[in-house]
Amino acid sequence: MTWSATARGAHQPDNTAFTQQRLPAWQPLLSASIALPLFFCAGLAFIGLGLGLYYSSNGIKELEYDYTGDLGTSNCSVCAAAGQGRSPPPRCSCAWYFSLPELFQGPVYLYYELTNFYQNYRRYGVSRDDEQLSGLPSALRHPANECAPYQLSAAGLPIAPCGAIANSLFNDSFSLWHQRRAGGPYVEVPLDRTGIAWWTDYHVKFRNPPLVNGSLALAFQGTAPPPNWHRPVYDLSTDPNNTGFINQDFVVWMRTAALPTFRKLYARIRQGNYSTGLPRGAYRVNITYNYPVRAFGGHKLIIFSSISWMGGKNPFLGIAYLVVGSLCILMGFVMLVVYIRYQDQNDEDEDEE
Amino acid sequence: METKMALNYQGKSQKRSAVEKSINAFLIVYLFILLTKAAVCTTLKYVWQSTPYNDEPWYNQKTQKERESLKVLKMFTDFLSFMVLFNFIIPVSMYVTVEMQKFLGSFFISWDKDFYDEEINEGALVNTSDLNEELGQVDYVFTDKTGTLTENSMEFIECCIDGHKYKGVTQETDGLSQTDGPLPYFDKADKVTFSVYGFTFVGIRNGYMRVENQRKEIEEYELLHTLNFDSVRRRMSVIVKTQSGDILLFCKGADSAVFPRVQNHEIELTKAHVERNAMDGYRTLCVAFKEIAPDDYERINRQLIEAKLALQDREEKLEKVFDDVETNMNLIGATAVEDKLQDQAAETIEALHAAGLKVWVLTGDKMETAKSTCYACRLFQTSTELLELTTKTIEESERKEDRLHELLTEYRKKLLREFPKSTRSLKKAWTEHQEYGLIIDGSTLSLILNSSQDSSSNNYKSIFVQICMKCTAVLCCRMAPLQKAQIVRMVKNLKGSPITLSIGDGANDVSMILESHVGIGIKGKEGRQAARNSDYSVPKFKHLKKLLLAHGHLYYVRIAHLVQYFFYKNLCFILPQFLYQFFCGFSQQPLYDAAYLTMYNICFTSLPILAYSLLEQHINIDTLTADPRLYMKISGNAMLQLGPFLYWTFLAAFEGTVFFFGTYFLFQTSSLEENAKVYGNWTFGTIVFTVLVFTVTLKLALDTRFWTWINHFVIWGSLAFYVFFSFFWGGIIWPFLKQQRMYFVFAQMLSSVSTWLAIFLLIFISLFPEILLIVLKNVRRRSARRNLSCKKASDSLSTRPSVRPLLLRTFSDESNIL
Repeated sequence: MTWSATARGAHQPDNTAFTQQRLPAWQPLLSASIALPLFFCAGLAFIGLGLGLYYSSNGIKELEYDYTGDLGTSNCSVCAAAGQGRSPPPRCSCAWYFSLPELFQGPVYLYYELTNFYQNYRRYGVSRDDEQLSGLPSALRHPANECAPYQLSAAGLPIAPCGAIANSLFNDSFSLWHQRRAGGPYVEVPLDRTGIAWWTDYHVKFRNPPLVNGSLALAFQGTAPPPNWHRPVYDLSTDPNNTGFINQDFVVWMRTAALPTFRKLYARIRQGNYSTGLPRGAYRVNITYNYPVRAFGGHKLIIFSSISWMGGKNPFLGIAYLVVGSLCILMGFVMLVVYIRYQDQNDEDEDEE
Repeated sequence: METKMALNYQGKSQKRSAVEKSINAFLIVYLFILLTKAAVCTTLKYVWQSTPYNDEPWYNQKTQKERESLKVLKMFTDFLSFMVLFNFIIPVSMYVTVEMQKFLGSFFISWDKDFYDEEINEGALVNTSDLNEELGQVDYVFTDKTGTLTENSMEFIECCIDGHKYKGVTQETDGLSQTDGPLPYFDKADKVTFSVYGFTFVGIRNGYMRVENQRKEIEEYELLHTLNFDSVRRRMSVIVKTQSGDILLFCKGADSAVFPRVQNHEIELTKAHVERNAMDGYRTLCVAFKEIAPDDYERINRQLIEAKLALQDREEKLEKVFDDVETNMNLIGATAVEDKLQDQAAETIEALHAAGLKVWVLTGDKMETAKSTCYACRLFQTSTELLELTTKTIEESERKEDRLHELLTEYRKKLLREFPKSTRSLKKAWTEHQEYGLIIDGSTLSLILNSSQDSSSNNYKSIFVQICMKCTAVLCCRMAPLQKAQIVRMVKNLKGSPITLSIGDGANDVSMILESHVGIGIKGKEGRQAARNSDYSVPKFKHLKKLLLAHGHLYYVRIAHLVQYFFYKNLCFILPQFLYQFFCGFSQQPLYDAAYLTMYNICFTSLPILAYSLLEQHINIDTLTADPRLYMKISGNAMLQLGPFLYWTFLAAFEGTVFFFGTYFLFQTSSLEENAKVYGNWTFGTIVFTVLVFTVTLKLALDTRFWTWINHFVIWGSLAFYVFFSFFWGGIIWPFLKQQRMYFVFAQMLSSVSTWLAIFLLIFISLFPEILLIVLKNVRRRSARRNLSCKKASDSLSTRPSVRPLLLRTFSDESNIL
């Protein structure tokens, strides 16, 4: 018994709260008396919030138009038919006429929507080179392997910007014309094509490569544009702050959508007479119809939408809050009944004893 | 290697707890879910891809290599990719956490100061940390008697010399000095020094026994011979030579062994004393002496040496000599010693009974002794009807087996009449029905278990098992160590494979300790073999109560919750990822960023559950020890049965669905921000992930009944860490990353009011059923508790009068049966 030789009490366990599992502890019990008021309060709060959300969602106006033209109803069907089975499709223009009986409360935003387009397909999603897009010259010349088959052009030149996402950049364009008086001339409504991308994307994540001799075109010398593009990347816009990799259309497109039906911001309408919204009158949207969607069974839509504090029109949140709030109150009542019944039972039991 | 230790040793095998077996069963279910998911996705992928524009739309062309690869190969790699994508559903990190929980958790046993014993200056010892939770699952307790239920320390109560009773100090010295010279007791075999008042046996030196008398003088006796103890004679003797040259023989032994060998006229008074002492529950020991003339001694000496040196039949020869020598003695008197029951042994057994455990006493002792101990420690109540299956009831006859058969069938009939229902309701039935106790001894047991391998013996066995299962208490006496293990094995293999626990203190208990699911060693006086071979060792039997009722219960609840929680949190982690495949063309697109995927189990959700599984006390320790019935609530692995498992799985499925579709519907809009900008797929995943982390952590918070500062720290800390990490991870362009997917995603996400509202709502919806359930449970628990306290109050009035914790036993040879 060698261990008994040690000093008496040496083996005695520490008498601390932790070792004896007697740490002071808060032992909450979600009893009915706490939970019931909570249920009712939460229910009421949710219903209030839900009503607010619902009404502000209802207050948001949306105007959408499917210009795919595959049903032959719209005048874009000519373009759709022309582009059928031809790659690249020929340039084609069509228009959408609509009239607003009253002011379309603004600020108004112009979106386009694609359906059945899998931007979230894994092979598609990884097909990009963020280093190249951040303006790294070495990456410009040597696009990442993930970009294949859009890594090198047929001539063997590196593609900039490489990858499937960039290659499939949405290239329809819209212009909005307003006819104030019937029979009067159409006036072009200015569309603000800037400020549509995330601030951090536009300012940090996407950078043009360093200029060569003050020219962006020279910086991209020795690279090829993606095969589907008609223009090289440095020609996307005449505005030097909106061309190359920092073209906002391009930046918006490069943020891949979560679902196969998605909307992307095209322009903001916030200038001149249109800052408060679109006044009543007849409108025409001139559409340059380039983008082939019928090949994959998709649709393209053009959407005018106003925006509130909660974003675009979305009745889901409001309805969900209303449902959960009502459920809370309903359950509160059920609980109350159960609680009272148990209380009674206990009282009876106590009486018996 | 023919030592008793070696012969009784059994191979040590790996012990695995019932919880671990449940984990494996769950794993198989989840593996099946994983395979199903992967198979479903692969199948649907190829169905979906059968439309050519889905397979390879113009905007998303394959490389030449991809086009050329074999379809079968592609399907296989797709299947594997899905497996990789969903593999988080198998909670690998759970194994690490479980091990940590067990290892760290076991410290609480060794740290418990209630297990600390002043006498031996030691606390509990944990030899394995694998079985903590098994302590909460025990169905059968097998306990040794001597040293486990009793102290194994003989305390002198009284003696009678020449028919006069002496008690207390002064009388004692007087009494002894009156008789024929100084007569110290010694029990050389046990090396226990009997200190009889005034006379102290100092020790043996150079063959002289030294005794200090009441005048503090040392008297020396030359030890000539020791006539060793054996269980047939049931006595032992020494032959000594006094300083004056007289040769004396002192003999001690059981009354039945000594009385026939002394002159008849001396017996009567002493006999009466011995009988009264036995009734009072003391171990009695008779002492006799005789003077041996020098001539006689010469002869005896020669005979003894001859017998001792005999090469053949030495034992028989020695026995014969002993038999010759130990005759015509003069009775000195008898002593009564008490082997006291251990402190609170009876209370512990009562608590174990109340907890629904079946307690079996396995002892090497003879039946009468063991029986009285069992009464004393309330294993048998006075109302318990005893069924005896012993050599006495069966008798030494030719028709042994027939008689045994008769008895067995008779008992079974009796019991079946009493408990017509199945064994499940037995626990409740105990309180209402007549209680039965079974007594069986070793030889009968071997008759039942080992006799010829014909059909009738199997039949015996099944009848015997039936009887055993219906008895509240079973006493097995005259057991050889391996028989103890045999019994444990028999019970272990019963239907429903009950969890067995063995507790013992001696080397003879080792095989039983090793055989049972949980082995507990008592750090007793019989050496350390039991404690060393055990899974846990405690100083005293009474510690078993807290060990099982409090520690075992808590460990079980903790680990069961931990296991369920792990499966739960991984299922609701992966389910949205699975659902997402339906919206991304089954392309194995991960919903969450890689950092989130890896850190979810390691950093964001690991510590709260670890802290929970170490600190949770859903019921107070004091309440657990005070109310043994609570132990029944978790018996039969109750928290890891199919019901709770399905509950957790459905909860996880519900929450995963809410996470995904909540976010899905949230995204059915042009924008979530007031500046009209649009979110992408990584924001979608991050919203789901944020809701997920908060929900699973808050779910644990809802389950936590015992909030120490550590719980607060890890729960709120984990959530804070998640938010901090997300900002950090998205705040920097990481040079080593190929894709800057998460850049400012989290911050941008939080700039939207809708997202905040949605996150809050989804967390609330996910937890809503749980909150409802908890409130409902609490309403019921409160009323139940009130009823309970009323019942307790009425119970305490009618508790049974405590039986005197004494042993009705006579001198026995048990310490020599190893």
